[in-house]
Amino acid sequence: MLGKSARADWILLIVFSVLVLTAPITLTPIGAGYPDLLQKFAIYGIFAIGFNILFGLTGYLSFGHAAFLGVGSYSAVWMFKLFTMNAIPAVMFSLLMAGLFALLIGYVSLRRSGIYFSIITLAFAQMSYNLAYSVLSPITNGETGLQVRQLAPADRGPDYVLKLVDEDLRWVDQAFGVVEEGIPITNLFGLKMSGYPGFYFSAVLLILAFYIAMRITRSNFGMMLKAIKSNQNRLQYTGVNTRPYLLAAFVISGMYAGLAGSLLAVTDPLAGAERMQWTASGEVVLMTILGGAGTLVGPVLGGMIIKGLGSLFSSYNENILNQFFSFLPEPVREVAVGISALFVGEGWELTLGLMFMIIVIFVPGGILQGFTNIIRMFRRKKPNPAPAKSEA
Amino acid sequence: MDAIFLQILNGLDKGGAYALIALGLTLAFGTLGVVNFAHGALFMLGAFVAVAFNRIISYQQIVLDPVNKTAWGTPVEIRTSYAETLFGDFGLFLIDYSVPISVLIAIPVMLLIGIAMERGLIRHFYNRPHADQILVTFGLAIVLEEIVKHYFGANPIPQSAPSIFSGSANVGLWLGLGENVVYPWWRLIYFGFSAIVIFMVFAFLKFTTFGMVVRAGMYDRDTVGLLGINIQKRFTIIFGLAAVVAGVAGAMYTPIFPPDYNIGMQFLVLSFVVVVVGGMGSLGGAVAAGFLLGILQSFASMNEVKQIFPGIDQIIIYLVAVIILLTMPRGLLGRKGMMED
Amino acid sequence: MAILEVSDINKRFGGLKALDKVELSVEEGTVHAIIGPNGAGKSTLLNCFVGRLAPDSGTVTFKGKSLLGLQPHEINQAGVSRVFQTPEIFEDLSVLDNVMIPAFAKADGAFKFNAWHRISRRAEVRDEASDLLEEVGLADQSKMICSALSRGDKRRLELAMCLIQHPKLLLLDEPTAGMSRADTNNTIDLLKKIGERGITKVIIEHDMHVVFSLATTISVLAQGTVIAEGKPEDIKGDPRVQEAYLGGVHQ
Repeated sequence: MLGKSARADWILLIVFSVLVLTAPITLTPIGAGYPDLLQKFAIYGIFAIGFNILFGLTGYLSFGHAAFLGVGSYSAVWMFKLFTMNAIPAVMFSLLMAGLFALLIGYVSLRRSGIYFSIITLAFAQMSYNLAYSVLSPITNGETGLQVRQLAPADRGPDYVLKLVDEDLRWVDQAFGVVEEGIPITNLFGLKMSGYPGFYFSAVLLILAFYIAMRITRSNFGMMLKAIKSNQNRLQYTGVNTRPYLLAAFVISGMYAGLAGSLLAVTDPLAGAERMQWTASGEVVLMTILGGAGTLVGPVLGGMIIKGLGSLFSSYNENILNQFFSFLPEPVREVAVGISALFVGEGWELTLGLMFMIIVIFVPGGILQGFTNIIRMFRRKKPNPAPAKSEA
Repeated sequence: MDAIFLQILNGLDKGGAYALIALGLTLAFGTLGVVNFAHGALFMLGAFVAVAFNRIISYQQIVLDPVNKTAWGTPVEIRTSYAETLFGDFGLFLIDYSVPISVLIAIPVMLLIGIAMERGLIRHFYNRPHADQILVTFGLAIVLEEIVKHYFGANPIPQSAPSIFSGSANVGLWLGLGENVVYPWWRLIYFGFSAIVIFMVFAFLKFTTFGMVVRAGMYDRDTVGLLGINIQKRFTIIFGLAAVVAGVAGAMYTPIFPPDYNIGMQFLVLSFVVVVVGGMGSLGGAVAAGFLLGILQSFASMNEVKQIFPGIDQIIIYLVAVIILLTMPRGLLGRKGMMED
Repeated sequence: MAILEVSDINKRFGGLKALDKVELSVEEGTVHAIIGPNGAGKSTLLNCFVGRLAPDSGTVTFKGKSLLGLQPHEINQAGVSRVFQTPEIFEDLSVLDNVMIPAFAKADGAFKFNAWHRISRRAEVRDEASDLLEEVGLADQSKMICSALSRGDKRRLELAMCLIQHPKLLLLDEPTAGMSRADTNNTIDLLKKIGERGITKVIIEHDMHVVFSLATTISVLAQGTVIAEGKPEDIKGDPRVQEAYLGGVHQ
């Protein structure tokens, strides 16, 4: 019995890894097999897995997780600017900074629960966003966003004031005598992090993130988190101090967000405050519930669907729609194109909002549960009075 | 002294908008128990009622002048609005007063939208977890925003107040504070308007039987339901009322702040903070906190303050909210037991 | 030896004096029932034991240590478990999980960051939980999600959740409230059975049948003060108690 569930987890992990690593091949037929999009899938998969550790397991709905994503991105870009274009230190530093930031915000926010918690996290995220645009401009470069720039010339006069947001140092790279032509791109010990190597870097981290989340879910710690979601009051009277558990979950999920943020910066070494906006926090909530909050694979799936549909729908325009509906007679086609044009291109957000509503209304358990329900319907089995929650 | 008074004045109109939105949020929350993230979108829809009305009423007919030519030799275009052609001076009056008139139009429009929203969506979420309510209304807000964006574009659309109110009121002279305390007429009117609306809502709840039932419902929903009162119908009307309050607040605000599709979200986040600071479920708290935070924000935008605490104007409201929530869990005037699960 | 000592507890709610100089001493190994008419302050008193309410004055000492000002989890870790009036369980977890969680809380303390090892490694906890479920008669339902349990089974489960912690003191707040006569009798049997473990119990109860079946000592609370205390047979005959309470129930 015990061995069986452990073996099932290993199989799940292996299947997951194979699917992730072969994604460039398997997703090509549906037109998603290019590295940029795949990398996005992996990154937002990490973000959603982390968010799920908090929301899916404990039921605490944070509306401020985008702030940690932003912190991760800024931290990574600073590592690129100051030390080296190597991705590893950037990722490490982002994890550290996002963790610290999450510790601070979590410590304060977790003194309240329910909707109050949601609103405090929202307030913190808005604060971070506003500060990034205004006072923190020396760190965030305000509206322009923080970017990797060319090196500051070494032979400048003594009275020159170095402006770090405009000129970079990259001490470590310089110490090793790395020659830069123009603005450099990120690397992993010399391997350029663009195209497929970039994707595989994120993919390996996604698998690692998935594995860690799996261990957490199956651990004592994970069990306590689920108990918090189920009945926090009872758990306290059972002798468990729930706050450190919640704080740990909050910090872990904040670090996941930081990791995702740093990987965004590895892909494209640029960080802007819009990444911290609360609509971005809303998006990760949607990914998680779309796939199925509390499940392991669901959030990754949700992230893929949203980012995939996002890039698909945004790329459509009226010409493409006209071709698509070309089999229809002229007047019908115009109507069809007119209506569907609302939802594509710029209108992708509308589709996103509708999806949000449809998911919450009809399949609050996420699509994984939706599939389970459909399968059950076809088997014509009456729903089990107490269906054990699927945790796949 | 003058400066302080001026800052208080400056905070009043924004505070009025916060208070009106927070009032509706609180009404919906206190009676229906629904956390409505689409409430800001109702404010935005109200604003766009004003924009749409102004567009329709000032729709122009272009006639080429047969005699006069421009410097480039093309005929001068004579633009007259259909409203003027059809109604003469009254038409011009309509255009000039498009904002106050659209406030009147917004009342039935928003009532219908509110009722439709409650019947079509909100009603099915009474017994769902708050997280689901937040998420579904968040989705609805995005949908409403995007529809408006599709038809009106993404840019802010300025509206003008009636020309008679275009200048500034010399409030300082009235109160004997000196001539430099001046305040734009329309913002003063907005403050008065919000005060009247708030007064009307409170009077409605206080002095009508309907209001009495609603207040009882806010206190104990189950019991009122057991008394054989059709609470469902009243909930629908209350939600409609909340939508109207948000809508007129939005329509009236257009000359102060040019609305774009996203204005609702900006105000929503702040209004939620206002509701929480005031105390979830407390109408008085929502109004008090709305004005309080509006005024605080205007103080924080003073240069003197910004020199000491850079960036404080950007975060003051959130900061206050966090501090209040941590020290007074129920907010300023919150009732015990509200949302404490 | 007294395991729980309550002295001079006062609690006001606005103008209402809910508890007035309550003195109570629970001997180790006894089943101490607190009875009294509605509004006598029984639940208020219990809430003062477990840190849910802070009394205005007075002391609550458990094994020589004050319980006042402690968080609920600290009181539990000191050895006091509680059964609620309406069963408080982890509704959307399995029956077995419900019992394992308190077992972990006992074994690992109030907080232990153990996020890496699988729960299944702790076979001893699982076995203990299974054994206990067998004992309370829930073994067949151990894989079920709790929300599907009957009310009586939920009550039994909650009891098991307390028992697995081997508490030194078990507080039971109306353990048979809202139960059918058959379920009530089952619960009495179960409580008698666990009585063999020698756990000290404080029971708050309305149902005289339950009280006289289980209690070894009874305190009668009326209008916020203890008006009588003694063995069940003494209490039965006490005229003050009959006046305040029993007359109203045994019509």
